[in-house]
Amino acid sequence: MNLAFREIRHKLWRFALTCLGLSLLLGVVVTMAGMYRGLMADALALPRSINADVWVVQANTNGPFAESSRIPGETREMIARIDGIVAAGSVTLQPVEIDRDGQGLKLEVVGFEPGRPGGPANLVAGRDITRSHYELIADRKTGLAIGDRLELGRDVYTVVGLTQGNITAAADPVVYVTLRDAQDLQFDLTPPEARRAAARGAQRTNTDIVNAVVARISPNIPVEAVSLDVRRWKHLSVLSEGQQEAIMASVVIKHARHQLGLFMAVLAVSSAIILALIIYTLTMDKLREIATLKLIGMPDRSIIGLILQQALLMGVVGFVIGAALVSAAKDRFPRRVVVEPADLGILFGVVVVVCLLASVVAVRVAVRVDPARALAG
Amino acid sequence: MQAPNSMNALIELIGISKHFGEGETRVDALRDVTLSVRSGEVVGLLGPSGSGKSTLLNVIGCIVEPNEGWMRLDGEVVYDGQWQRRDLRRLRLEKIGFIFQFHNLLPFLDSTDNVALVLHLAGRPKDEAQRRAVDLLEYLQAGHRKHAMPAQLSGGEAQRVAIARALANRPRIILADEPTAALDSERAGIVMDLLRKLAVEQQAAIIAVTHDEKIIGHLDRIFRLRDGRLADEGDSARA
Repeated sequence: MNLAFREIRHKLWRFALTCLGLSLLLGVVVTMAGMYRGLMADALALPRSINADVWVVQANTNGPFAESSRIPGETREMIARIDGIVAAGSVTLQPVEIDRDGQGLKLEVVGFEPGRPGGPANLVAGRDITRSHYELIADRKTGLAIGDRLELGRDVYTVVGLTQGNITAAADPVVYVTLRDAQDLQFDLTPPEARRAAARGAQRTNTDIVNAVVARISPNIPVEAVSLDVRRWKHLSVLSEGQQEAIMASVVIKHARHQLGLFMAVLAVSSAIILALIIYTLTMDKLREIATLKLIGMPDRSIIGLILQQALLMGVVGFVIGAALVSAAKDRFPRRVVVEPADLGILFGVVVVVCLLASVVAVRVAVRVDPARALAG
Repeated sequence: MQAPNSMNALIELIGISKHFGEGETRVDALRDVTLSVRSGEVVGLLGPSGSGKSTLLNVIGCIVEPNEGWMRLDGEVVYDGQWQRRDLRRLRLEKIGFIFQFHNLLPFLDSTDNVALVLHLAGRPKDEAQRRAVDLLEYLQAGHRKHAMPAQLSGGEAQRVAIARALANRPRIILADEPTAALDSERAGIVMDLLRKLAVEQQAAIIAVTHDEKIIGHLDRIFRLRDGRLADEGDSARA
């Protein structure tokens, strides 16, 4: 005879409501974990989409995402000639805010050389850029569709392709244009005074500047060997794909990641305290029944089992509902929420441990209940 | 301590004392209580509030440990200056049935399961426990309420189920704490007649703590407690 389940069945609505409240709480913990993962995924989305083995950037910088990096456009030809380099392409990165249907839309404009590394690797609709000018590939998060026209700087671009999941660490969607267009856009967006000076015939600064050169290396050549060759040019630095990702995680989103992690920890502790209070209250409500059970001969271990079973069931049901709610609603969040099965497994383990720990106080009270209490009027 | 030679005594206490606290806060709840109850007897424990009735019931129920004395229950010496058995829970389960003032049925079990629970605790198979629980309810004329939850039972029905639970393991000692306090005089009489019948048929000893003067006529003997001492022992009007 399982008393834990019998009691739950007897007070099913109360149990269900408690589980629902708990599920919302645990759902927030799961969401926090998902946001943490999402933040990482967002930060790594663009470098991973570009899919380069090495990033050649301005010397002594962690560019182009973590720091500003400006290198001459001809760097790409120099890099391409290094032994072991299979392909190389120049890229520029430019944050832009435009007006779209009366609302501001922040974009990251990536300039790349079609046919070379640096372009989008995951087109989900449309085609690659084939014309030299005024074609654009946008991420779906922009809300743009194939054929839409978009004004960037002083030019109008046509959307020819769509990607999915290409966003920056700040969750701004990425659009791709040709390198030449991107460089023009950078000039268009320079301060008006500089543009007026250029128009008056002042010596125009070199616009053939890129933020990085990305390259793919032959599988037989170690990245370090290429890096050594590149570093002979004192104005350049090399970052491997792994280094670039490490920089994104440790520098670009460091504080946001810590903030989320800390918030998740606080929330987990709060959940544990609330769970402990619920279990304690439920136990206090049945002290007379516990005293009666002890008096008629129920061993302490069975009473402990009753409390633990109810606590675990509450935690497990709450977690499952919470995880299901978050999984169903994760795509409605403004920022990416990544619910990984491994994270759910770890959180489930944490919930089980928290349930057991949260039961400690209630178990202590139950074990100390005097059977004579059942005889008291 | 020398055991008394009382024929058929199921409950035997000699010189049982119990105090709570020490020094100025010391309260002597029981002082040198000696009594015995034979099988088939229904005895009453009477006395004003604070006289030690509940403490005596708790001592006999192996819930509270005395400070001094000797106690034998159903032929087994359970206290002789200290508990003689470590597993008092098992002792209670096997030898003692409890009937409470407010029946104390578990609200989430129906009548049958409330009775069957003690049989499960004693290790009886489920089918056997259920069968005996139903038989007991039938015997106590509560069979028609075997699937009812405690909240659906009247006071008298709930007390019958509680008595069935107390009898489930065939204990030879039944301790009843104000068993009729929540009942009207007619139902109180029925319950006391039932306890008397059980005592005779199952050769059990029943001690009922009561304030209820109207049930005195149903008791074989009465122990009166005053300030923790057994002040008086006498036959009831019926005896």
